Amino acid sequence: MTATDKTGNTPDDPHGAAGHDHPHDHSHLDDTALRVRSLQSLLIDKGYIKTDTLNALIDTYENQVGPRNGARVVARSWVDPQFREWLLNDATDAIASLDFSGRQGEHMVAVENTADVHNMVVCTLCSCYPWPVLGLPPAWYKSAPYRSRVVIDPAGVLKEFGVILPESRRITVWDSTAEVRYLVIPERPSQSEHLSEEQLAALVTRNSMIGTGLALPVAGQSA
Amino acid sequence: MNGVHDMGGLQGFGPLAAESETQTLHDDHLFDHDWERDVLTMTLAMGATGTWNLDESRSVRESLPPAQYLSIGYYRVWLQSLERLLLNHQLITAAEQASGKSMTKAAPVKRVLLAKDVSTVLRKGAPVNRAVDSLPAFALGEQVRVRNLHSSTHTRLPAYIRNHTGIVHKIHGAHIYPDAHALGQGEQPQWLYNIRFSATELWGEQETRRGDVHVDCWEPYLCTQS
Repeated sequence: MTATDKTGNTPDDPHGAAGHDHPHDHSHLDDTALRVRSLQSLLIDKGYIKTDTLNALIDTYENQVGPRNGARVVARSWVDPQFREWLLNDATDAIASLDFSGRQGEHMVAVENTADVHNMVVCTLCSCYPWPVLGLPPAWYKSAPYRSRVVIDPAGVLKEFGVILPESRRITVWDSTAEVRYLVIPERPSQSEHLSEEQLAALVTRNSMIGTGLALPVAGQSA
Repeated sequence: MNGVHDMGGLQGFGPLAAESETQTLHDDHLFDHDWERDVLTMTLAMGATGTWNLDESRSVRESLPPAQYLSIGYYRVWLQSLERLLLNHQLITAAEQASGKSMTKAAPVKRVLLAKDVSTVLRKGAPVNRAVDSLPAFALGEQVRVRNLHSSTHTRLPAYIRNHTGIVHKIHGAHIYPDAHALGQGEQPQWLYNIRFSATELWGEQETRRGDVHVDCWEPYLCTQS
């Protein structure tokens, strides 16, 4: 699915126009949950935010925009050499041609894994991540162990993800310090020539597009 | 700012696996608690009012007390920063924050994001490239040195590349300069370069695997290598 499918139509607050009730049901609210609920109700009262807007936002990032978008970009680059060249030269436009663009992906760069180079992406200063193609970052991407170690010990981090690369493989790390977002194009799995673009997209994992994983092997093949 | 948010190359944070209560390194699960969704959406919706910019909100997050920043968890950092921004910009009062009840007239905001506009606004994003009159000071392939800067305010220059030498790999164009933008001093666009540093340049000779680290650097962070 693409962000263009999104119409912003989500069920209104079932509890009515006051909009104080939260769309999710909590039975056990801890201190933080109460504090969040209290702030949310205050901001709605003040008229700065609207309940159905909040619902539309979470629906976008939970249901519409996620790593399946990026997988489609990668699969296209595997089957269409012209698209791949475009992607490597101007990822922002190439990705926009598949209808994935917008917030936290305004300026895109795609980097390709090859037999010589493995790419990995991090944001050492915060949590910059290409939202239009990968959705929201997973917890580990935002964690201190990942942010601190990838630049100094990328092979050690990869090992924790179960990825062991040959010693000769160069590792290139991209630290997202600006509003430029990086997408890794993993290597196409071997013996995948017979697969359709859609079948190929199913082999592209989120982690393979961050560089902490590889594309999945074709069924019946070893990685 | 030389803060704990600037983590590149720090050691001692341990393995990745123990980092989240419910998430593994491979699943697509995004939140540990329901309230995290609300912090995310409130932050996005308040950002859309145009009261502050992204650089200012990053600046506030990294200005939390260091021990808190490291210990309270990602979305609590966002929550506390959102509260600070709301108070700093007088969109809410401390009494209102404490009670959760509105007691004063709402402050005017530039816009309120409506559900019907969410898709369009997110799709449009907010590009930060700008046209400038100047020419880039550095050329592709040129060797440059990162200046030894210790800004006491927001910067996107990570400490681990300071004073190191790299090669201009790509010129991204001129982009809004976060160091000024975070302070409310306008966009002041500067040329932005992707600089390639070798792993041995950054981490010393004990680094045996061949590799590079690429970092995006604004022109004021760089000087000519001589």
